[in-house]
Formats: sequence, C-alpha cells, structure tokens
Amino acid sequence: MPVNETLSQYSDWSYTTSVVIYILAMVFFLVEQSFGRHGRKVAERTRTRQLVTAGAGADDVSPGNDDTGPESDNTGPGTRNTGPGTRNTGAERTRAERFGRMGVALTVLGLLLHGAALVLRGLATDRVPWGNMYEYVMITCLVAVAAWLVLLRKHPVRHLSMFVLLPNVILMFVGGTWLYSEAAPLQPALQSYWLIIHVAAAAASSGVFLVPGVASILYLVKARNESNPDSFASFAAKLPAKEVLDRIAYRTTVFAFPVFTFGVLCGAVWAEAAWGRFWGWDPKETVAFIAWIIYAAYLHSRATAGWRGNRAAIINVVGFAATVFNLFFVNLVTTGLHSYAGVG
Amino acid sequence: MTPPTQTSTDPNGDAGTTYRQTPLRKAWAFVRNTWRGLTSMRTALILLFLLALAALPGALLPQRSLNEQKVNEYLGEHGWWGTLLDRLQFFDVYSSVWFSAIYLLLMVSIIGCLVPRTSDYVRSMRAKPVLTPRNLARLPHHEHGHTADDVETVMATTRNRLRGWRIVEREEPGGARSISAERGFLRETGNLAFHFGMLGVIIAFAGGALYSYEGQVIVLADGSEFCNSGIYNFDSFNPGLRVDGTELNPFCVRVNDFHAEFKNGQPIAYEAGIDYQSGDALTTGDWQPYDLAVNSPLRTAGDRLYLLGHGFAPTFTVTFPDGQSRTHTIQWRPVDQTTYLSQGATKFEEPGITDPVERRENQLAVTGLFAPTPAMHGSVLSSAGPELNNPTVAVDIMRGDLGVDSGRGQSIFEIDQSMVDSGRLDRVARENLEVGQSVTLDDGTKVSFDGVERFVSLQVSHDPTQNWVLGFAVVMFVGLGASLFIKRRRLWVRAAPDGERRTVVEVGGLARTDQAGYGEEFTRIAADLLGRK
Repeated sequence: MPVNETLSQYSDWSYTTSVVIYILAMVFFLVEQSFGRHGRKVAERTRTRQLVTAGAGADDVSPGNDDTGPESDNTGPGTRNTGPGTRNTGAERTRAERFGRMGVALTVLGLLLHGAALVLRGLATDRVPWGNMYEYVMITCLVAVAAWLVLLRKHPVRHLSMFVLLPNVILMFVGGTWLYSEAAPLQPALQSYWLIIHVAAAAASSGVFLVPGVASILYLVKARNESNPDSFASFAAKLPAKEVLDRIAYRTTVFAFPVFTFGVLCGAVWAEAAWGRFWGWDPKETVAFIAWIIYAAYLHSRATAGWRGNRAAIINVVGFAATVFNLFFVNLVTTGLHSYAGVG
Repeated sequence: MTPPTQTSTDPNGDAGTTYRQTPLRKAWAFVRNTWRGLTSMRTALILLFLLALAALPGALLPQRSLNEQKVNEYLGEHGWWGTLLDRLQFFDVYSSVWFSAIYLLLMVSIIGCLVPRTSDYVRSMRAKPVLTPRNLARLPHHEHGHTADDVETVMATTRNRLRGWRIVEREEPGGARSISAERGFLRETGNLAFHFGMLGVIIAFAGGALYSYEGQVIVLADGSEFCNSGIYNFDSFNPGLRVDGTELNPFCVRVNDFHAEFKNGQPIAYEAGIDYQSGDALTTGDWQPYDLAVNSPLRTAGDRLYLLGHGFAPTFTVTFPDGQSRTHTIQWRPVDQTTYLSQGATKFEEPGITDPVERRENQLAVTGLFAPTPAMHGSVLSSAGPELNNPTVAVDIMRGDLGVDSGRGQSIFEIDQSMVDSGRLDRVARENLEVGQSVTLDDGTKVSFDGVERFVSLQVSHDPTQNWVLGFAVVMFVGLGASLFIKRRRLWVRAAPDGERRTVVEVGGLARTDQAGYGEEFTRIAADLLGRK
C-alpha cells in the first residue's frame, strides 16, 4: 500500500483551508452575536414561553420518566415558529442577521473542505482515514460541526454558532500542528474492520458530545445571570432561554450516548480479538467507562428532583471534560494499549 | 452510609396509646429507611459519581493487573507516599475493597429500583388506557372538527387509523363515544431491559473473574510445540479465583514459522504459521493448519490462542576442549520494540562432569546484545531495524558458577549478577560475532554464533462467561435505544352527535416523555381523523 503523496498534500491543504474558513465564519457569527438584535429577540421570545412543569412531583424520580413534565415538548412547535431567523416573514432582515446567514454558508463551505480533507487522506493511504490522533481529531471536529448544522435546522440558535466553532477551531489547530502525522499505513494491530466501526463510533459520539458540552456551559452562564442579573449581563441577554439550551443539550446527548455505548461495545469485541480480553481496564477503557457513567448520570439527573437544571448542566460539562481528557491525556501522557497517537 | 431520609419514623409517636415504639419497630424503621435511602435516585446518582471517581486512579496510577513492574518502579520512586497508596489498594483499584463496595451498593440500589418498577410495569401492561378527559381542549395537543359521518363510522375509522395503539372504547352519556389510545410501552420495556442487561453484564463479568485464566508462553518458530495441558507449560499464568490450574482444555500447537513484514522500518504484518490439534485429533495425531496473526486468534477447544509478540533466539554452539559440543537456541528479550535490539543469556554446562564442585567452576554463559540489523558505533553494537540483515551479537562469555544450584529462581534472560559480584563468575571473553564467526577461550573452548531463529510469544485465554457478557451487553444496547427513542404518548378521540347528521369530533394528545416530534405525529393523525387533507 504505497502512500499517495500528492493526495496527502491536497488533504493537508484542504484541512488548513477549512480551518481558515471556520475562523472567518466565526468572525461573521461574532458580528451577528455582538451587533444583532436577533439574538436578543429570540431570547425574549423564548423567555416568554415558560415550560409547563406540572405533575413532576418532588418524589417522581423513577428513571423511566425522564420527562421534564408531562408535556414539555409543547415548546417544540412554539420555538420552531420563530425559525432559524429565516421565517420571520415581513420582518426586515437586519445587516447582522445577514452576517449570520453568511456565517452559516461559510461554515457549510468549511465543512465541505473539511470532509474533502478526510476523504483525500483516506484515498492517499488507501484505508479509513482515522488511524492516528490527527485523523481522529479531524473526524471528531467534522462530526461536531455537522451536528451543529443539523441542529440549526430545528433550533433558532444560529447566533450561538461561534461558541461551537471556537472549540472546534482550537482542536483542529492543535490537531494540525502538534498532533500532525504523515499519511502512513496502519500497524498490524489496527488492521481490522473493527477499526472502521469502533473508531468511527467513538469519534462520532465525541464530536456530537461537544455540542451539549457547549450548550451546557451557556446554560450555566444563563442560569448565573438569572440568579444574579449583574453577572454576564450583556452576554446573557443574547442567550436563548435556559430551557432551549437544556433541550439542545438533552437531545444531542440522547443521540450521542447510544452511539458512544455502541463504540465501547465494539471496542470490547475488537479487544477480545486483538488483545486477548474484552475488557482489561486499559487507561482508555477506564476513562471511557468513566465518561459513560457521567453521561448516564446526566440522563438520570434530568429525571431527579433537585438535580435538574444547573446540576444536570454541570454533569454534562464534566462528561465532555472526561471525553477531552480521554482524547488528550490518555493518548499523550499515559501509556496503554491505545497508544496509536502517531505523535512522536 | 446512605440513610439521608431519616425522618420521624412514627407520625403518631406522641399519641403513645395507639403506637408504641419498640426496639423491634425501631430496627425495622431503620432498615426500611436505609433501604429507601439506598434505592432512591439521589443515592444512585451519588453512587454513580463515586464509581466514576473511584475508577479514575486506575487510569492515572500503574496497576498490578496491567504492569507489575511499573508498580514496583512507582513504589521505589515515591517512598512513603507509594506505600500509603499501596496500603489503600490504589495499585489494585478494580479489586479493591472500596471499588467493590461502591459497585455492590450500586447493584443493590439498581435492584431496589427495578423490583417495584417491574411490578408497576406488569400492572401498566395489563391496565386499560385511561379514561378520556372531559375537556380535551385543555390538553397540549388538541383539534376538533365536524363531519357528516355518524358516531359509529367515526369510531370505526379511528380504530382503523390507530392500529398498533392500545385502545379502549367507551360509551359516554348523550350518545357520545370515545376512544383512549396509548402507545410507546416499549420505552419502559427498553428501560427495564437496559437495567437488567446491565446487571447481567456485571454478574457475568464477575463470573469471568472467577473462572477465566490467561497463560503466556514463548515458543520457537522452528516447529516447536506447545500443549495446553498444565500450567507448567506456561511461562506465566494468571488464574481466576476459582481456577487451580488443573483440567485445562487440552489442545496442542506447533509453530512452524513466523513472518514479519516491514515498510520503512514500520511493521505492516505479523503472521505465524501454526498447526494445531484439539479434541479427537489429539489421539489420532491429525494437525490442522492455521495462520495465526494479530487480530486473528485461533479459537479451539473453548479457548483462544493469540499471537502477542515475537523476537529472536540466537543459536550458539560451544565446543569443549575434549571435542564434545552443545548447541542451544534460547530466546533473547527484545529491549527495543522498534529495532528489536535484544538482550539475553544462553547458559551451558560442560557434559560429562559429575562432581558438583567441578561443575560449578566450568559453567558457561553467553550473554549480551543481539541486533537483527547491526549498526556499529565504534565497537558498540546497536540495531538499525527489525529485519534480519546480517544479524550480529555482542557478547560477554562468562565462566564459573552460574548459580543455578543456588536455590534461587533465575531469569532465562539474565545471569545472576550476585555471582559476578562475589567473584564466582568471571568474564573470559568479549566479542562481536556475525553468523558463522566464533571465539576461542584460553582453555581451548570454542564458542560459535551459528544463526538465529524467531520465536513467538503466545497467549492462551479462557473465559467461559464472555459470551454471556456480550449477550447481556447487546440486550443493554437495544434496551437503551428503545428507552431513549421511543415516545410514550396518549391520544383521545371523542365523537358526539350534534344535531341531525352531524358529528363533532375532538382529538386530544399528550406526550408523556421529553421527546419532540409528537406534535407532528399528532397533527397527522388528527388531520386523518378529521378528514382534512
């Protein structure tokens, strides 16, 4: 399997360009966030829509009823009416809003280049393009941006895009500089079809987990502002209602958690074939286990009186921290069987 | 540790006459409250966090189960701190008392939560969908309309449309009729399946800790054989708690060859050509061929055989002054996993000497470094790569007492340094040898480097419960999917006659879980029932 140097070079260029475009998109979103009335408008609109929280008695904590009330999804159609800033028929589009829309367009362009970088990497090496840490970070960020764009179709939170792009750009920068490794064939331990499934599931779930992580941080900012209007006063005014952020965090977590579970499961099946045991408390396995427990706790906390809201948001942030810790600390600092970073 | 809900156990306590607090009742109240506290969701959450926290040191500190040597290094470097951690079982996290305590409490908590929920679930499966609310307009989802059909027809259409829902039809006063429908019971089914699956995984996992074993062995890839007949055939053996090393599943393997493929010094493929026999073939002597490779273990006789690693075993021949010779091919340990520079000691005894004292004076050891592709720095040997390309050894030849009779165990890779320190083992030569070269000692003994064989390190694994773990894990996963994605929702339809040849149809809906999308489904159903397009 010779490595095609030309394609690999194109892949690197594509990667760098996509990072630049994401940064440009961030600038556009920043303009919208800073000068747009849109954010504030949406925030006001959603704030008026209080959730019906009847029926959730203090002791109604069985994990089966992970509902925030008998009918919390009645805010769904309501928020959808406001649309992602596009269905405000009659309302004149402000300049800031136009910046936001251009930001989305740029993000899509960046995503296409990002995807092209991944595909070219795969073609250059004639294998799946997630065989070392650089490639892993690349696909994780790809999933994160894609998940956010999908989310934008249903939730009017475009003006928050900057907060999702920022960690992505940082990750991609770190990936492209310190973690970068030349396109190369796989070592024998990675030559298995499980690489395709296990790593893809792990990367996809990590990428999606970025979104609830960001949403939960914003939730905490908003909650802080609600309890004390002086803190984050101008910033929090542009955030949507807490409930919107909470719902985004929950929906994305609910999507990513089974994917993550599947990834761990496939990892165990692969480990049985490659290392002689399906589970051996290798550092990567251990931290994956920890992250899984934290996200499980998040799902339960939303059904437990006294744990909804702030605490649930903190748990989600901790879960994402564990995911990041698993990617960087475990790969680069500890030594274990998952030492495929290719960083030397 | 978990009675957070210790409130007054007896609301009528001060009445005194009707209720007396006996020690027995006190004890019972304590047990009951502890149980309630332990099985409450809050406790379960705290236990979950404790479990995550308790698992963390296992990722940060070296663990005995993974690498005993690193634990000893850590202990050596950290003095009293290391000893303290060791006393607190921080190097055996996953078998420690505290880790076990947390997950056992969590298991009790889960069981305590599941038992009442299972009975609730069974009851709700048998229960009929609830009565139609009088005022459907109050529900979060509501639509109404008129139709020319009569009540009976509306009911028939509804029954037809709501196929797959659990429905019950009721007569109401004034000639009206209503249907209550409910759907999404699989959500709770999935939720229970997930939790029971998790219990199953934990129990099967614990069973694995009791009945599994792992054994490692090095076999020369020159047609040497290994049989899984007893633990003494292994170089190291890790038994489960209930494994005593007898009654291993019998099978034999013969390692014919080993191939490693490299590209620019990077390994591309490892593969060992083996033959194996198990079951009846052990008596008939039939061998089956198999290509053992990384990611492709041999599964036979209920066990698995893995290719873990490989290395080199140099062949040395010692020709003694009286003309007798001995040839040994012993594995040397790779000290560099990239270049396979290896280190070892091949030990010889002069044949035909019976006097133990004299024997102890003439033992020989060839010890030093082996490089598959030599790179010389002056006269210091190192290796440039893992491929066999003019293999070279840099050896010290030691003569004297190897200490093999000392009663101490010896590594096959090293000589006993204390014998050198005490002057009973002397270096008599130091040479770099290529294949075919030899060195002659002062007494006329000739030591020659004849060539090199490859060895493979194999692992035999036995785990009778791992398929159970997989089965329960799949149940868990499917249950998880169902419990997160299926919506529990209710729908009511009421049809009431309204004057002549007209029927008022009202539809109300309620989603019982936090999933979006019911609004759309409701709108669709309502549109169908109300005859709108």
